[in-house]
Amino acid sequence: MTARGISEQPLLRIDAVTKRFGGFVALDNVSVDIRPGERFGLIGPNGSGKTTLINCISGALRAEVGTVVFAGEDITRLPAHMRTRRGIARSFQIPRPFKSMTVAENLMVAIDFASVADGFVSAAQRRDGVMSILMRTGLASKADVSATRLSQVELRKMELARAMATRPKLLISDEAMAGLSSSEVDEVLDLLMKLAGEDITIIMIEHIMQAVMRFSQRVMCLDAGRIIAIGGPAEVMANQRVQEAYLGT
Amino acid sequence: MDLLLNAVVLGVLLGCFYAAVSLGLSVSFGLLDVPHVAHPAFLILASYGVFFLNDSYDIDPLLGGLLITPLLFLLGLAAYRLYYETFEKRGSDAGVRGIAFLFGIAFIIEVLIILQFGVDQRSVSASYIGKAWRIGEMRIPVRLLVAFAVASALTILLALYLSRTFMGRAIRAVAQDQEALRLMGANPVRIKQWAFGIATAVLGIAGALLIIVAPVDPTLDRAYIGRTFCVVVMAGLGSMTGTLIAAIILGVAESIVLSTVGASWAPAISFAMLLGVLAIRPQGLLGRRS
Amino acid sequence: MSRNSVVFWIGAALFLAAVVLMTQVIGNQYPFFAGYVILQFIVLAVAWSILGGYAGYVNFGTSAFFGVGVYTAVFLVKAIGAPLAVQIAAAATVGALLGFAVGLLTLRMQGIFFSIATIAVTIVIETSVTNWRFVGGAAGIQIQRPPVMPPFDNYVQMLFFVQALLVVLAVATARYIQISWIGRGLQALKDDELAAECTGVPTLRLKVLACVISGALMCAAGAPAAMYLQYADPSSAFNLNYSVTVLAMSLIGGTAHWMGPVVGAILLGVTQQLLAVTISSEVNVLVLGIMLVLFVVAAPEGLLGLIGRLVRYRAGGKA
Repeated sequence: MTARGISEQPLLRIDAVTKRFGGFVALDNVSVDIRPGERFGLIGPNGSGKTTLINCISGALRAEVGTVVFAGEDITRLPAHMRTRRGIARSFQIPRPFKSMTVAENLMVAIDFASVADGFVSAAQRRDGVMSILMRTGLASKADVSATRLSQVELRKMELARAMATRPKLLISDEAMAGLSSSEVDEVLDLLMKLAGEDITIIMIEHIMQAVMRFSQRVMCLDAGRIIAIGGPAEVMANQRVQEAYLGT
Repeated sequence: MDLLLNAVVLGVLLGCFYAAVSLGLSVSFGLLDVPHVAHPAFLILASYGVFFLNDSYDIDPLLGGLLITPLLFLLGLAAYRLYYETFEKRGSDAGVRGIAFLFGIAFIIEVLIILQFGVDQRSVSASYIGKAWRIGEMRIPVRLLVAFAVASALTILLALYLSRTFMGRAIRAVAQDQEALRLMGANPVRIKQWAFGIATAVLGIAGALLIIVAPVDPTLDRAYIGRTFCVVVMAGLGSMTGTLIAAIILGVAESIVLSTVGASWAPAISFAMLLGVLAIRPQGLLGRRS
Repeated sequence: MSRNSVVFWIGAALFLAAVVLMTQVIGNQYPFFAGYVILQFIVLAVAWSILGGYAGYVNFGTSAFFGVGVYTAVFLVKAIGAPLAVQIAAAATVGALLGFAVGLLTLRMQGIFFSIATIAVTIVIETSVTNWRFVGGAAGIQIQRPPVMPPFDNYVQMLFFVQALLVVLAVATARYIQISWIGRGLQALKDDELAAECTGVPTLRLKVLACVISGALMCAAGAPAAMYLQYADPSSAFNLNYSVTVLAMSLIGGTAHWMGPVVGAILLGVTQQLLAVTISSEVNVLVLGIMLVLFVVAAPEGLLGLIGRLVRYRAGGKA
């Protein structure tokens, strides 16, 4: 990786982003910097703007006001696939696999389109690339299984694996643990920890507080589209307004 | 100026008639999300039913339309059941095949009509057809006035049905939140089937109006794909008052083009407007559905 | 070139050789008249599948593209007496432009809305042509065939050969798209457009590309029709029957593989030719409707899907 030396420069800078839907303000003047290699937790009650914020980062939505800067480049107006190619990958709250494809083919899409520059030239090399990611995510045995036949936890892992196959610098995990059993939560959490150990910056949106507390170096809490607290996990949890926001809903 | 006024008045009358033929689609497509491209074919089928009763038994077209309404209701129930079992029940990717299926149905109806009645235009006879009403310089065909009155009544009745009756409210609810309805102990499929039956039943009167206003031929449904979808999409999917307003806009636009540019451009009006609406405001000009 | 590709190109060469042989051996003109129509539908169905099958955008505007192809040829013949090759090339260019415009529609519309919009495009174009006096307006226009070029001794035979060339071009294009990264991208966006976009697939660019290629091929397939019929009029050139027939052919064959629309077009095309001769053209449309409904209900993956399932079942995998 280049630009290691300039650790002061944030990997992602969200500057005064506002997003409205009709009259409803989903995000209200949100600014935050994410440092390279950081494990960042994003929490907030339902409808607080978490998903809107990551949609504005990943390009599923565009912020009308404010800027999103990634690795020093203004990406506010870029379409999603360009952002993916620049190194932003995400999973979805409700998994969105390519249903007509196998697990390996799902990842192949990412290899074909997002990591073109990385020199996976031959078909064999591409296949190796896919298999190595499946190995790391514990899905190797499912490579040739149709994506529609995966269990819930396997689907979550496949979403993360597909995101990994785009060779991201920043990975956004949108409630990858929702609806999983506690042992499955641990599996996914371990996986995210492992990925974070591979120099990938991770933003994790999660409702399971234990997971957020264990995972994050910093936590940000949104409520009604505004940042109400940001800092170390313990500090944010202890915050009066955070507790009110959660108990209030 | 008089010409323009004339065109506008005729357009409003025509528009109310367009509302009547679009109401069913406003329910089936607007509220139930069925991409019902066979709706105009059902409409023509109803017109031929009316023609048959008028031609063979000399029954007044409007009365004939009423007589076939129960049959159409049953046809609607059956059609929805078939559609549901083959597509909606199987889930997600009904889209392509659902439309293809309905197009197939439309073609089958078209040919069956041709085999039974031939390709010629057919019209009905009634005392009010052929007469005209004069107001100053203006000349208004009585058949259009009849269509206007009946169409307005039909629209108001259906709007009242959907807003005032228990079943009508259930239909509106099923369009918005099936899950909530299921939790309340109602069967969404049963309600949608009923709604589709209603949507088809109103075609009895609509079909009668169609053949009162102008002669009908078996492939006329193709022109009405544009008109009905234009009205329903412009209305903002599922709004009855919206349907009426959108239909009047279309009627006036067609009427003005007809009297200024010429009849040969008329077929394109509805489709061009539809294209414009889809491109600029896919959620419809009037209101929006969440 | 992979082994599969070698087999494919050998097959294509054999097909063209057989076509040329036919034109030299068979004296009766009827097989060429009927065969031309079937070949034309193969091109249309294969081209349709590039957008409708691979990308999942159901284009009901086949008749628009076909009609524009016809009228591009008519215009060029009337205006400058252009030769057939120029007519086809120009039609392909116009088709690509129209495809580009339709592709932009996908930016705002999906599903049924896109389909209805393509019907709308058809009627708007048809109405414009109807009002265009130069090419004959609503009444249509007669077209004089130029003398035929050797080695063919009959114009219809030559058109038959030309349409066969277009079949090879269309099938080769569809096949290339299917096995290349473009095909994978289209499949991904068909499954889930947002997920595809977030996995790096430039969805808009791919959709527009599919529309352009599909449109160019459809218009090219329509161009020789003016010479074939020696006549053109808007209501037949833009007839909705083309759209539904082509849709039916693709769905009957199956849309996941380029072979699907070919099989569907041959099956339905031959049936229609036989029916048109033996019974009537109305029954033709009836059969079209019934086959469409039957296949959509009973064999959602088309014939190819059905066969595939059978083979897998025989092989013991309960897929």
